[in-house]
Amino acid sequence: MPKPLLDIDALTAGYTRPVVGPLSFRLARSEILGVVGPNACGKSTLLAALTGSARIFSGQIGKAAGLQISLQQQQPPAIDGLPINATDLLALTGASPEELPPWLSTQLGKRLDRLSGGQLQFLYLWSCLLAAADVVLLDEPTNNLDPEGTIFLERVLQRRADAGCGLLVVSHDQRFINAVCHRKISLG
Amino acid sequence: MNPALLLDPLFAGPFLTGLMFAMLLPLLGCYLRLRGEWLAALAFAQTAAAGSLLAMLAGLPMVFGGLAAAGLAGSLKHAFDGSSHTTQGAAYGLLLLLGWAASVLMVSNLPLAERIGQALFDGQLYFTDQSHLISAAALALASLFVMRLLSQRLLLAHFFPDFLRARGLSGRRAQLVFDLLVAGALALATMSLGVMGAFALIFVPPLVAFAWGGGWRQCLLLATATGVAIYVLAFALALSLDQPFSPLCGLLLVAFAVLSGVLRRLSAGR
Repeated sequence: MPKPLLDIDALTAGYTRPVVGPLSFRLARSEILGVVGPNACGKSTLLAALTGSARIFSGQIGKAAGLQISLQQQQPPAIDGLPINATDLLALTGASPEELPPWLSTQLGKRLDRLSGGQLQFLYLWSCLLAAADVVLLDEPTNNLDPEGTIFLERVLQRRADAGCGLLVVSHDQRFINAVCHRKISLG
Repeated sequence: MNPALLLDPLFAGPFLTGLMFAMLLPLLGCYLRLRGEWLAALAFAQTAAAGSLLAMLAGLPMVFGGLAAAGLAGSLKHAFDGSSHTTQGAAYGLLLLLGWAASVLMVSNLPLAERIGQALFDGQLYFTDQSHLISAAALALASLFVMRLLSQRLLLAHFFPDFLRARGLSGRRAQLVFDLLVAGALALATMSLGVMGAFALIFVPPLVAFAWGGGWRQCLLLATATGVAIYVLAFALALSLDQPFSPLCGLLLVAFAVLSGVLRRLSAGR
């Protein structure tokens, strides 16, 4: 059996006190794993623990040697008044603009503060999703996306998984999780 | 206005010294503005002035005092990097007040400090010598090199902090190096342009460039071009009208920012 990309064993994590866990699961190459649960059950905290931003109270996070993780955060930083365009943003993470959906590929020269909420969300998603990584963590990726954007995202996730990447997707959108994930874990 | 004055050997050195800062400060100011930390620049400049005065009174080279004080301010600022914007703003405000209070007390009580203090606050570009030019040129070159290395990390730390952390990388070291670079640049700039002259060049060109820039590279070019153009105009006007350089430069920058704001509103209304 090939070694998993992530091997989580009885993990309890939080900030000043435990928020999530104990939790055990594995993420294999080319797998899309969904994480579901009600608000405040610790879905985002789990991602924060995997990237070292949250405190681990007990348990272990096993990572494959040399593992590169990419994380898309739920709340992008404020961009109002900043002279950054879509091309600049993609260049930061090294994500290629090729194969962007047509409704975004024509907006590459536009400043971020002149894009719609959905366009901005998709751009941030794309920046993290297409960055060189073995594991991609997505936090509520369908926020602000219209049905067309969500369907496009499903296809991109599948392509990324086919290329060998492991994806952990946190979402409250059950339809999206059912459509895209190979299996899911429930919190709370 | 006599353009030949700019080529007069007496003024060529000071002109080139100021030109180095006119190119460098707007560039650094863009990264400060990106993080909403422009007030820190004024705190650095004011602290550098206080440090310079203190060094002079202690019989040490002023430039060392200015650099040391600004460097200390940069390190102190770094301690507040993880705090909220409100806390950071308060810390810069306190630092600014500390630098101002220390400087004014020294100037008021020590006759030796009075003349130099006045020059530090007003600027003394015409009285800079070759050593100022060499240090300004060295700083400008070193800064361009360092910023080429730091730029992407600083931008990533702002736009993708979690992405950076997920890679096991930190933006904090890059931020500290940047803070020290800004502190050093402002300490040297304060020696020739004065506290407010240096602040005007690091604050106003980015303000204009952020409004008009269509992308980051364009913004950096626009800020630098604005800083250089206004600087050259201010230098020429100050010489031909026999006026102090720094206030005139500050006035022109403010006028340009207002004009830019009006044009921006008009173009947005169309």
